[in-house]
Amino acid sequence: MKPISSDLVLENQGGAESMKIDSRSLSGGFAVAEAMRQTNPDVVACYPITPSTIVVEKFSELVANGEVDTEFVAVESEHSALSACLAATAAGVRSQTVSSSQGLAFMWEVLYAVSGLRLPVVLHCANRALSAPINIHGDHSDTMGARDSGWIQLYAENPQEAYDNALVAVRIAEHPDVLLPVLGSQDGYTVTHSVERVDVLPDEEAKKFVGKYIPEFSLLDTQNPVTFGPLISPEHAFELKLQGIEAMRNAEAIIEKVGEEFTSLTGRSLDPVELYRMEDSELAMVVIGSVAGAARVAVDRLRSDGIKAGLVKIRAYRPFPSLRICEVLAGRKGVAVLDRALSPGAPYSPLYGDICSALYSHGVILPLASFVYGIGGRDTYPAQIVDAFHRLEHESKLGTPIPQTSYLGIT
Amino acid sequence: MLKLNLREISQSDELLAPGHSLCPGCVESVAVRQILNVAGPNTVVVSATGCLSVSTSPYPMTAWRTPWIHSLFANAGATVSGIEAAYRSLVKKGVMADDTPTNFIVFAGDGGTYDIGFQSLSGALERGHRFLYVCLNNEAYMNTGIQRSSATLPGTWTTTSPFSETVAGKTQARKDMTSIVADHGIPYAAQASPHLWKDLMRKVEKALNSGGPSFINVLAACPRGWRTEPEIGIRLGKVAVDTCVWPIYEVIEGRWILNAKPREKKPITEWFELQGRFSHLMRPGREEEVATIQEQIDLLWDSLRTRCESSKGLEKVTA
Repeated sequence: MKPISSDLVLENQGGAESMKIDSRSLSGGFAVAEAMRQTNPDVVACYPITPSTIVVEKFSELVANGEVDTEFVAVESEHSALSACLAATAAGVRSQTVSSSQGLAFMWEVLYAVSGLRLPVVLHCANRALSAPINIHGDHSDTMGARDSGWIQLYAENPQEAYDNALVAVRIAEHPDVLLPVLGSQDGYTVTHSVERVDVLPDEEAKKFVGKYIPEFSLLDTQNPVTFGPLISPEHAFELKLQGIEAMRNAEAIIEKVGEEFTSLTGRSLDPVELYRMEDSELAMVVIGSVAGAARVAVDRLRSDGIKAGLVKIRAYRPFPSLRICEVLAGRKGVAVLDRALSPGAPYSPLYGDICSALYSHGVILPLASFVYGIGGRDTYPAQIVDAFHRLEHESKLGTPIPQTSYLGIT
Repeated sequence: MLKLNLREISQSDELLAPGHSLCPGCVESVAVRQILNVAGPNTVVVSATGCLSVSTSPYPMTAWRTPWIHSLFANAGATVSGIEAAYRSLVKKGVMADDTPTNFIVFAGDGGTYDIGFQSLSGALERGHRFLYVCLNNEAYMNTGIQRSSATLPGTWTTTSPFSETVAGKTQARKDMTSIVADHGIPYAAQASPHLWKDLMRKVEKALNSGGPSFINVLAACPRGWRTEPEIGIRLGKVAVDTCVWPIYEVIEGRWILNAKPREKKPITEWFELQGRFSHLMRPGREEEVATIQEQIDLLWDSLRTRCESSKGLEKVTA
């Protein structure tokens, strides 16, 4: 691809003025580091883990060079990393961390503490398979395992989205109607270590966009002491936890609103549910993450063969966009769901399960097929996805739900 | 130097409000109140999960008149690190002034310090954050119902180290946590007991002025877990010192200093006979076990005194 000079000036689609676009060649990992640089969080506490290490190392460089004002806490474990962020945010400042896989798993109890305390911490994750067996390559077992933890979850398809999500995450988390932590993910290695064109906002614009963190309470305000993390009894607990449900519900609208603001600034859409060739599609596929690239190629091939295929990419997985999914999928002849995580013993893998529940509870019954791909970092090719569509086409002819799960690319 | 006037102290405002649900006779709140009296209201408190945290924060009430946070059990060290880092970032940005620095104090039990909280504490010490970490040591996991910890003395009955015909309570040695912490090379570490309140309060002052990580291991009697009368909690501190079960000392920039010596060193049986958790050791036939424990205590006492003696040499060198 021809490199784009940084002098390129493009008309901003939504806005009145044209803005100088800064196009860089960045890996997904460095794209997140760039967003972190521009956000300039007050505290970053992290522990290195492959493949998110490049973000941590890049950020450490930025700290050493004085390119950020961040207090960098080189903690001795991921459990401590998220604990330090929890505490820093409770002390009234912006905090972020970076992790993957075992690191995220080690933070498991802290995830629940952060969301339970309604602290808007941002965690950048490079999706990586959970041990055992130990595996440094990508799949969604880590973040799917955290889907009930009360964190907003965003998934990036490519380095551009990784950068975009990293910036909007801050605004979504800190919105007074939300006040929930945000987990922004990208596929380990596939996205973190792939270099692509990333259009970066000018520093001033990015700074203005993320704005300032204005906490309602702070531990450092010794004049107005507050108690964080009390002991709760059954008498009060239920209603309190339901506040988290309400906050998640509020987050749906805020994600869209913040996305729209970002679009008017950059011209790039940040739809929580992104559609490709869905206007007249008969067979749809729902995906999360980088596989969307291969899936689009597959859709184009099928279309040229006369098959009305379309793609739905979910960018914001928690809160789950149930209504939008029902709107988009209702009336299709068949739907395939691609999952990159296993749920042993469950009827289906996580994304399929959520889609199925959303559709069923809104009375949308249609042939719905489960496909699992890329477990443990295995690559997935457009030809395999084309195959999956063919299988869907065949099975959906019965007009009934499709009970079995298929696995792409296994021997 | 802090002026410790008992009358003034007794009339001063309490930063830990009464009405919490700690057991009658629990010495933890005595220690906390002595410590907060020195620290004052410009203090942020972190608590690991434990008797203190759950008894002082029953939603919707709180006993804390300082800002206070409890999040989890294992992470007090990391929690205080995050708060201190936040403070430093705000001072750097000019948002907060550093002329009267805010105190950061952790209260954690021996479980949250010696065992599940060890990693987090060690990391915080190594990174050099400015905080005072107080271990309220009742020598077992009391909040979960009296289970052994690595702070439990050998021979002690707990629910997870019961005694039988063949086993007389906990078999493993007690971890020397204060020494381990001091050997992280931090500016200040100490052992204390609330019955020596002037000593404890002076230690708090030194710790808070040390400018870096500091640690005070405070013996705090637990009537329920120790199977003792609630009224004797403070007296037990004195017996612990007299029997050398709980030496009182401090380590200032690597110099070991003994703060209290028993006028007359008492046998370990005087520690045992007051507490139901040792009653099995006081029965006939357990003399050998008692002798072994006595030996271990004596060895530790001797090695502590030796360490303090050789530190005196250090003082001369650096002077």
